[in-house]
Amino acid sequence: MSKTKVIVGMGSCGIAAGANKTYSVLENIKVADSLDVDLSKTSCVGMCYKEPLVEIIDESGYYMYGGIDEKKAKEIIESHVVNKNPVKEYIVKSDKFETENDSYFNGQVKIALRNAGYMDPESITEAEERDAYDAIKKIGSEGIDGNTVIQTILDSGIRGRGGGGFPTGLKWKFAAREESKDKYIICNADEGDPGAFMDRSLLEGDPHAILEGMLIGAYAMGSNQGVIYCRAEYPLAIERLNIAIDQAREKGYLGKNASGIKGFDFDIYVKEGAGAFVCGEETALIASVEGERGMPRRRPPFPAVSGLWKKPTNINNVETLANIPYIVLNGADSYNKYGTEESKGTKVFALTGKIKNGGLVEVPMGISLRKIIFDLGGGIQDDKKFKAVQLGGPSGGCIPEELLDTSVDYDSVNSTGAIMGSGGMVVMDESTCMVDLAKFFLNFTQQESCGKCTFCRMGTKRMLEILTRITEGKGEHGDIEKLEELSGQIKDNSLCGLGQTAPNPVLTTLKYFRHEYEAHIYDKKCPAKVCEALLTYEIIADACTGCTLCARKCPVDAISGAKKEIHFIDQDLCIQCGACDDACNFDSILVY
Amino acid sequence: MRISRLTNVEVCDKVKEEDLLLLNPIIEKYRNKKGNLIPILQGAQDIYGYLPEAAFRKISKDTGLRLSDMYGVATFYAQFRLSPVGKNIIKVCHGTACHVQNAKDLTKALEENLGVKDGETTEDSLFTLESVACLGCCSLAPVMMIGDETYGNLDGKSASKIIKKLKKVEAK
Ligand SMILES: Cc1cc2nc3c(=O)[nH]c(=O)nc-3n(C[C@H](O)[C@H](O)[C@H](O)COP(=O)(O)O)c2cc1C
Ligand code: FES
Repeated sequence: MSKTKVIVGMGSCGIAAGANKTYSVLENIKVADSLDVDLSKTSCVGMCYKEPLVEIIDESGYYMYGGIDEKKAKEIIESHVVNKNPVKEYIVKSDKFETENDSYFNGQVKIALRNAGYMDPESITEAEERDAYDAIKKIGSEGIDGNTVIQTILDSGIRGRGGGGFPTGLKWKFAAREESKDKYIICNADEGDPGAFMDRSLLEGDPHAILEGMLIGAYAMGSNQGVIYCRAEYPLAIERLNIAIDQAREKGYLGKNASGIKGFDFDIYVKEGAGAFVCGEETALIASVEGERGMPRRRPPFPAVSGLWKKPTNINNVETLANIPYIVLNGADSYNKYGTEESKGTKVFALTGKIKNGGLVEVPMGISLRKIIFDLGGGIQDDKKFKAVQLGGPSGGCIPEELLDTSVDYDSVNSTGAIMGSGGMVVMDESTCMVDLAKFFLNFTQQESCGKCTFCRMGTKRMLEILTRITEGKGEHGDIEKLEELSGQIKDNSLCGLGQTAPNPVLTTLKYFRHEYEAHIYDKKCPAKVCEALLTYEIIADACTGCTLCARKCPVDAISGAKKEIHFIDQDLCIQCGACDDACNFDSILVY
Repeated sequence: MRISRLTNVEVCDKVKEEDLLLLNPIIEKYRNKKGNLIPILQGAQDIYGYLPEAAFRKISKDTGLRLSDMYGVATFYAQFRLSPVGKNIIKVCHGTACHVQNAKDLTKALEENLGVKDGETTEDSLFTLESVACLGCCSLAPVMMIGDETYGNLDGKSASKIIKKLKKVEAK
């Protein structure tokens, strides 16, 4: 009989939720009681809303426990491991019985995420047991040539997962065509969309899949050097990548005659980014690797012709690369059997915001937004009303309730005015103000604009100023039209994707939530009650106990009233700071 | 635009001559390598916590890199700082997920608690309060990070509590 396995989920998110403490408690108990169990670590399985997660696998079956803090860790060891009595109330998934979380996993198809959360990412042996490097070995042993590999990728129909959606096989073909002694393959791990973490989970959970994806690409295109450009905010990902690279070198997968293929020399190093959203753009990324300011440049020449150090260069996103070994090993059909005519395969989304089951999901293309949000995601927190879902981050847009049945594929999502993006999916309820959200994104793009193109540099600033005015109650007639005009100009006159897409958050909110802009501008009201300057605070006479707390907290002495008597807010003095509402213990402040 | 971060830069130098020798291993490692500028600056910042003017001058003298290029790069990337920071850097996430979950409240509460504005350092040099865009733990939004430790599912109150605890530890 094999030993009982106890596995703790230690991705960044798990660690933030306290997985380190859970792990050390388990380790201490194991040592103190000389328990005969295998204690190990894995990464994130995507069920972030139940973190920290502990799996127990014993002769009776598979059990995943959720929300395991130090106290509960002791409890499950005592009851489950020692007394063979699973603690059902903490179990979030099992092969023995159904749980309410099954809907989160059913409907998912894990290809890119096939290993993340199912193995120790710091162990190459565990990775090899789960097919790591089998695809590149197959290429070597069967003598498959580069063009055949590229044809397989073309047949699979996979399109770039970094946001652009350009067919990966085609991109590889362009780079393969160039004659050059030196050629580069770069993995774009800059993950700039604020509010998305698909790539982080992949890098932390299955680094060998990324390395193998790069190996296969390098073989197919004839590249000899790989670079992983990873954002510095992901220290754990960088650490695990470096461990994986060392292991792969030691085992001969990387280096001279890489993976045992004669004449194929290929190595990879990690380059840490330094914090600039625009460096996710291909030519800016190249400038950054070269040690310069990350400013995009005109294309052509495309990187496939003249990229890093003026050599042919291919850039792929993390998730794109993670799919490659699976496709090569299992054939193009194993991938393109999922998805729609134009969008094949699966896509990973980071489901966040006001959603019940927040986390990472991988779904077949063509699934509806409604299914992701309400079936997998379990709907809105506190059963509030759904308002919109944001796709594509600062380059994307907000999709309203009436379009929830939109199919998740490149063309359908684009037709709403949003974009597929890299996989950020932020769900919002009625408490989110759409004007404030548009301002939030504009503030981001305005700060991140590299400053090269006038329209992107100045236009986003002007748009931000208008939006700020509107949220401060100083909106004017003509503001909406001005926003629309500027949007068009910025889109048409920017060199790179940053500027070309920067107005999208404003345009989509204007398209679907125009009434909210109008309420701000003409009625001086914020329907979601977010924009402070537009709120009115009033004391509900029936509820006020005259405790004087609000009057004491008011920074401008706008509240009057004697002890034990009903208080009153002078609207001329009130600065709408909300201090009275925060202070009141009797819910007697009406905000509208 | 990215250059706008220049406006509140106050170059203040406390680095002593002998401390500059700490730069030598990094300079040796990257001298004459192409694309070395960013790794050298990252290494220098690891040593001092920021990029002192004297370090710029020494790196330039020893490697031949141009001061103007170095300054251009240092002001372009959010990672680089030109003035000293507090012992504990508090990074409050203002990514989309955290924004939607009221990250504003955290910053407000911490500003009040620490008596500084976003981006500033406390007078005792113990804390620097910063906003960042996404720490990659969006499902625990709103999130903040102090040192290597990440805290999730916060609100203004719980964030202030964490700072209070830290202040106590620092007072010891
Ligand atoms: C402003 C801007 C930011 C971008 N950020 C990223 C990013 O963080 N990660 C990424 O993979 N692609 C990003 N992209 C897209 C890349 O430029 C590029 O298309 C992609 O990495 C190519 O890989 P793929 O074909 O595998 O998707 C960004 C593009 C723009 C214009
Ligand atoms: S948005 Fe705050 S951690 Fe991602």
